[in-house]
Amino acid sequence: MLFTDSIFVIGLILLCIIYFLVPKRFRWMLLLAGSIGFYAYSGPLNLIYMAVTALSTYLITLRMEKMAAAAKETVAAHKSEWSRDEKKAFKEKAKSKRFRWLVLCLVLNFGMLAVVKYGAFTLRNINTVIGWFGGSKRLPVKHFLLPMGMSFYLFQTMGYAIDVYREKYPAEKNFARLGLFVSFFPQLIQGPISRYDDLAKGLYAGNGYDPKRVTLGVQRILWGYFKKVCLADRVMPAVTALISNTDQHQGMYVLMGILYYTLRIYADFTGGIDITIGIGQVLGIPITENFNRPFFSKNITEYWRRWHITLGTWFKDYLFYPISVCQPMLKLSKWSREKLGKNVGKYLPVYVSTIAVWFVTGLWHGAAWNFIVWGLMNAVVILISERLTPLYNKFHKKYAWSNTRAYDGFMALRTTFLMGLLRMFDCYLDVPLTFKMFGTMFYKWNPQILWDGSLMKLGLSKPDYLVLGVGIVLLFTASMLGRRGSVRERLYDKSKLLSCCMTVALLLIVVVFGAYGIGYDSSQFIYNQF
Amino acid sequence: MGKKKRIFAGLATVTSAVVLLAAVQRLLQPKYMSDVVEGNLIASYYDTGKDHDVLFIGDCECYENFSPVEMWRDYGISSTIRGSAQQLIWQSYYLLEDTLRYEKPDVVVFNVLSMKYGEPQSEAYNRMSIEGMRWSKSKVNCIKASMTEEESFLSYVFPILRYHSRWSELTADDFKYYFGAEPNFFSGYYLRADAKPAENVPKGTPLIDYSFSENCWNYLDKMMSLCAENNIQLVLIKAPSLYPYWYEEWDEQITEYAEKYHLPYINFLDPSIQEQTGIDYAADTYDGGLHLNVYGAEKLSRWFGAYLAERYDLRDRSGESKLAAEWDEICARYDAEIARQLKNLEQYGNVKGE
Repeated sequence: MLFTDSIFVIGLILLCIIYFLVPKRFRWMLLLAGSIGFYAYSGPLNLIYMAVTALSTYLITLRMEKMAAAAKETVAAHKSEWSRDEKKAFKEKAKSKRFRWLVLCLVLNFGMLAVVKYGAFTLRNINTVIGWFGGSKRLPVKHFLLPMGMSFYLFQTMGYAIDVYREKYPAEKNFARLGLFVSFFPQLIQGPISRYDDLAKGLYAGNGYDPKRVTLGVQRILWGYFKKVCLADRVMPAVTALISNTDQHQGMYVLMGILYYTLRIYADFTGGIDITIGIGQVLGIPITENFNRPFFSKNITEYWRRWHITLGTWFKDYLFYPISVCQPMLKLSKWSREKLGKNVGKYLPVYVSTIAVWFVTGLWHGAAWNFIVWGLMNAVVILISERLTPLYNKFHKKYAWSNTRAYDGFMALRTTFLMGLLRMFDCYLDVPLTFKMFGTMFYKWNPQILWDGSLMKLGLSKPDYLVLGVGIVLLFTASMLGRRGSVRERLYDKSKLLSCCMTVALLLIVVVFGAYGIGYDSSQFIYNQF
Repeated sequence: MGKKKRIFAGLATVTSAVVLLAAVQRLLQPKYMSDVVEGNLIASYYDTGKDHDVLFIGDCECYENFSPVEMWRDYGISSTIRGSAQQLIWQSYYLLEDTLRYEKPDVVVFNVLSMKYGEPQSEAYNRMSIEGMRWSKSKVNCIKASMTEEESFLSYVFPILRYHSRWSELTADDFKYYFGAEPNFFSGYYLRADAKPAENVPKGTPLIDYSFSENCWNYLDKMMSLCAENNIQLVLIKAPSLYPYWYEEWDEQITEYAEKYHLPYINFLDPSIQEQTGIDYAADTYDGGLHLNVYGAEKLSRWFGAYLAERYDLRDRSGESKLAAEWDEICARYDAEIARQLKNLEQYGNVKGE
């Protein structure tokens, strides 16, 4: 099910109405029922995967909590008898036992993901390697249907399990409540990957009806739909045309493809997140922001702090830091300091961790070499960028004009374009084709396509370009105004009438100018395939 | 803000949104006044009187081949056509149901060409057959039975979901006929006064299977039962259109069905009947044999009016003042339209005057 399915919209409206009509204590149960219904609609069998995740996490986190409590009791009981080292040793041992349970939880759940999402990819690669060595036998490749949003709910739930292991907060004792945290329906399509301590409170609170909050939530939902159906879905035919007919669409077409795809993915992904956060706001459930005007970033590191924020912080907290401080890494660091020098020894662990994280990030985005190369390219650009930071600083110190707003704008455009270039791996069929198409930008000189009407043959008409043009101006204006705080909130505080007019206007814009229904190929949200 | 004020503000917002959406929806819906005028046929029924002896249901072979005006003038038979382009048999059935909510004719004439379509065909034709219907259980069932895979029920309830993209194609007609279309049919008849002889009409290519689908037979059974329940005589016809090709094998199936249930069946393509109707395919068709022009339709209606009057005891109602007044208005428009089209033909070489 997609946000744009009529069944979703009708179901959402009904659920919101019923939510405010039932007593507060039943509201979270209604959300659970709605979430299960929503997920079952996407495929009843998908529920099995989700149930395994919820149940295993529930049992293991309770077990870990129990073990932690028992360990604490034991230490307290032997407080006077044991020396500091004995206490430490006991705690380490207890932690190690809990760690085994955590590993079991992670292996079980990520194992499911590995089989379902990466099984076929892995087997295909093994077969290729067998072929390289002259082997004639091939492993049978079995394809599984990836349950909707599995990567999102799995990462969210495993984050919770790790936090419980780290004793950041207590484990949830009520299985149904944990089930709601795992299955909360607005997040299943495109995320974000929330943290338990951020989301749970709102989920179970059963907040009452607040006109301001509901108005702002509805506006956020409509704004999300505007991005999704008026911009992302409208530009999609051109993106499809450009990436599917690569013999014809080279040179300047590739550049246009980068721009179209940048708009497509931004409007699609941020639109989906706006809808999710808007639903949360209507229901009184704060959901973590996932974007912070990413195209205003001056460099790629900043960009990744502003784009898909919850995935970045997840990897930082649960992968980058643990890798950086794990025993093998500490040993590597020590060895490299001794053998390769202080400078290399200082950076090597960071580089290894960064590359590992970006490798996994690429893999998270898809089971294909395109995504892995995309992830590694990000790592390379980030590492080069960081190594060159002293040079940049000198440059900015020396040239005053490089500290102006105009130059900031240039840097933002440069970052946006660079990210667009990297995203080519996401577009084209495979890695060699991506490099080939990149190359055509330099030797295939056809700028005339910008004015000779060629762009009108990509499935976009003049009215389409008009909607896209106005839409981009609106996006930019909203982003600029949003720097001083929520535009919607300021408008509501200033005039409720104007705020209501904006809601109605947004609804009309979405309904009239949206690219949906017959004549448009309803395209899936890009991020729900993860 | 007080609770009452909050409720009022919420209701005002929702109401204004609904009103605005409805207003925009009306603007964006096709008006069917200049192009594809057939789109207004189904809705035009509700604007006319509801006192008919004969009801025609079916596709373009009904609304372009029979002239109710001629039947009124010659025999005082009040008839109407609830026809639409590529009307499928279940649509005919539900249109019959819908019509019976307003009146009970003595005779229902059904053109059997649609028996060839066992499944939903085209979204565009569905729209023209269904959207003009007033909301009723019949319309709901008609939508459900007719939808192609790409269609959604919701888009029939809120046509703006279908027509929203017309914002870039709006014409003067969309504003001119915002509050309603002008009558351009004559008791469901689509009038054409031009002529294009039928030449080189293609023969039908052999089919793998000539049998009509179970779905079509079911609806024909339902139609028959509905007529029987309402004491209405059902008459099956195959209109005299030369194309789409009407196969011998199809005709045999209908003949067999009609015999089995004692229903009259007239195949106007039968040479002996053609001789009686006097249709001349060199002069009486406006599109090379697919549909009759007004002269052909009048010939056909004269013959068929006599047939119906004689067999089903349809009396001459031209003496009923109220009904006569309604028909006088239709006849006046009918004559004016013929005159207009002939003038255009003379001046511009086409009936539209373009």
